Amino acid sequence: MEALIALWDGAFGSAYAFWSATLVRATPLLLVGLAVALAFRAGVLNIGAEGQLLAGATAATAVALAAASLPRPLVIGAMIIAGVVAGALWAGIAAVLRRRFGVMEVISTIMLNFVALNLVSWVIRGPLQEPLRIYPQSATISASGRWPLLIEGQRLHLGFILAVACAAAAWWVLARTATGFRVRAVGAGTSAAASAGGIDTERTIMGVFLASGALAGLAGASEVGGITWALYEGISPGYGYTAIAVALLARLDARWVAASALFFGALEAGAASMQRRAGVPSVVVQVIVALVVLSVLALARWRAVAAERALVVRAEGL
Amino acid sequence: MTARLALRGVRKRFGATVALDDAHCEIRAGTVHALLGENGAGKTTLMRIAFGIITPESGVIEVDGAPVRFRSSADAIAQGIGMVHQHFMLVPAMTVAENVALGGRGRFDRAAAEERTRSIGRETGLLLDPGAKAGELGVGAQQRLEIVKALAHDARILILDEPTAVLSPGETTELYSWLRRFAAQGGTVVLITHRLEEALEIADDVTILRAGRTVLESAAPGLDSHTVIAALTGDPASSSDLAVAPQERPTAPTDSAMHASPAGGDAVFSLEGVGYVDAAGVRRLSDVNLWVAPGEILGVIGVEGAGQRELLRILAGRLQPTSGTVKRPAQVGFVPEDRSRDALIPSMSLVENFALAGASSRRGLMDWSRLDAETNQVINELDVRTSSADARVATLSGGNQQKLVVGRERAVARAALVAENPTRGLDIRASERVRREISARRGTPAPAVIYHSSDLDEVLAVATRVVACFAGRVTAVVPPATEGDRTPYAKALMGVE
Repeated sequence: MEALIALWDGAFGSAYAFWSATLVRATPLLLVGLAVALAFRAGVLNIGAEGQLLAGATAATAVALAAASLPRPLVIGAMIIAGVVAGALWAGIAAVLRRRFGVMEVISTIMLNFVALNLVSWVIRGPLQEPLRIYPQSATISASGRWPLLIEGQRLHLGFILAVACAAAAWWVLARTATGFRVRAVGAGTSAAASAGGIDTERTIMGVFLASGALAGLAGASEVGGITWALYEGISPGYGYTAIAVALLARLDARWVAASALFFGALEAGAASMQRRAGVPSVVVQVIVALVVLSVLALARWRAVAAERALVVRAEGL
Repeated sequence: MTARLALRGVRKRFGATVALDDAHCEIRAGTVHALLGENGAGKTTLMRIAFGIITPESGVIEVDGAPVRFRSSADAIAQGIGMVHQHFMLVPAMTVAENVALGGRGRFDRAAAEERTRSIGRETGLLLDPGAKAGELGVGAQQRLEIVKALAHDARILILDEPTAVLSPGETTELYSWLRRFAAQGGTVVLITHRLEEALEIADDVTILRAGRTVLESAAPGLDSHTVIAALTGDPASSSDLAVAPQERPTAPTDSAMHASPAGGDAVFSLEGVGYVDAAGVRRLSDVNLWVAPGEILGVIGVEGAGQRELLRILAGRLQPTSGTVKRPAQVGFVPEDRSRDALIPSMSLVENFALAGASSRRGLMDWSRLDAETNQVINELDVRTSSADARVATLSGGNQQKLVVGRERAVARAALVAENPTRGLDIRASERVRREISARRGTPAPAVIYHSSDLDEVLAVATRVVACFAGRVTAVVPPATEGDRTPYAKALMGVE
């Protein structure tokens, strides 16, 4: 009981807990969750959001350090572009492997996660290492590259606005535009999309792959610019993997990804406080997370089976 | 002398349709036995029963005079029966030797499997590289592998289902001479085929099925193709329940030449010297010349693998020919055979499925309110039974799904419609409705319709003109002098001149 109270307090108990812990953690989860949801909607099993996030973080750090003397809006704009492009390029490797050599993206993206992680550890010991060359991390980016805070005295930053905007945009594109419709059609029925719709499915899949990587890359830039102000190995506590749970819990619906990211953000924020105050290891929260995801999936499966049965019964009744 | 393999009084129903009704067949040892019949006559079903894949409702199977019961194909294999299916059952990613060893027991011994493959090759002349990947073999070699697989299980009776459908003429000759040698050495061959002349040439005995019954059993020598065709099609007078009465039959445009362009030059489709070779290098179509005028309903007949699948997709613009020129409207409606895979997305709504047509060229925002209105129009016109246009297509019955497809394709392409087995799996009322909608002549000029069905009667009921596909060639069928005589069509399907 004490543990649960601690969990609640850590997530929603105070203004600081909500604005600076829960929402700050929800921000990357929302962006990466969208990346995963978008890819899965098109039938692209992009498990590599973690690597794409790291690529985006690395590029954003490099740009922020190199362009530190420029005006702040320019530096931040450049960081966003760098993150987006690097994430898309990192996903693009897997996309090209799939298209040219038929390599399954489930394999290639997860492998590229490890490549990205090792690349980060090399970069922070090599080209981007802080000037003293003692710690395995980059130099801290100067004020011109630090993203504006949204509320005085809280940690919530520009990245949150971008994430919410991306969620709204993703929903709108999927539901209302011709491009979004093609993406959904390819994901729901590739063969019919190609035959009845004349859709170039491979091209659509390529596009989704790049967009998914771009969203994950943006999350990386947002973490560097808004929270860490430097690049180091543990910059992402596995956001790219949690994002899969975020997306699945939201049933791949962009609107629900926002709610789901908030829920996971609260759990992670609360877990830290639970460990501090009640001495309950934070892995308990991961167990809760896993149970939640499994129950949601089981429920969805159960409902699908029930619907199918009803259909069969009706068909036989005819 | 007892038969090597005998089936007697075999009955089998699939749901409401009777596939086999008192079928029988006796196959003598050391012979090549041809099993003939039209589409749906029950040939493949009968042989699947002989191979233990399907359990009959009644009937006796005897091997060398002793009654046997097959619970699965493993029992049939144990009796020395092997089957080469029309669609090969190989694991493409595995090597030849691994495929040969598949289905064996105990530990997999690569060296032994490779040696077994080689020794069968030496004994039989069916040479294969044991280390080659099955998926990388040509079609002829894949078929050799299927036979070697059966022989590796000591098959004495080989059942081949349409083995020459995918083979080139050279490969066909090679296969037939091998089958003759196999029979000469005491092996027994059952050949399911549509190619009548080839069958009469190679077989010792012939059994003919019609509508699930055995209607003719005879030695092949002395049997002429007219007798066979009469047996295949049955009494012409009683055959065609579905054919519309003569006064209702739509009249064909006067100029029905195949090769020349119509005088007015207003053909909706015109194909010149069209050929198609698929990704595996198999020639599916050669030198097709065809034109279709507005208002025509061109019936296309052909047995599986004869080339009509490719022809229909080329006409519908879903497949690019590898040679020749095609003139067709920019938009052609297409009702493909496998509607829940190629025409519809079951998890999406009716409106979204309607929007699928033309999805590739749409830009900007989706006009859902217009699409919704258009979908509702199709729902009303074709009487699609659904709770609403927003219901998922998966909740519709097959007939209503197909009505949606037909309505959509007609709406997006007014000049031309291609339909492939559009009534497959539908009940009689839905079939009737779908057939009527496809052959409806709406608008001026009326659309050109291409109609293929594996049910000959259905094609004859709607078509104003019929062409037949046989071994990749397309030929016009000269209409018979007497109404209801199906002989010319049966001949065209079987490749008899």
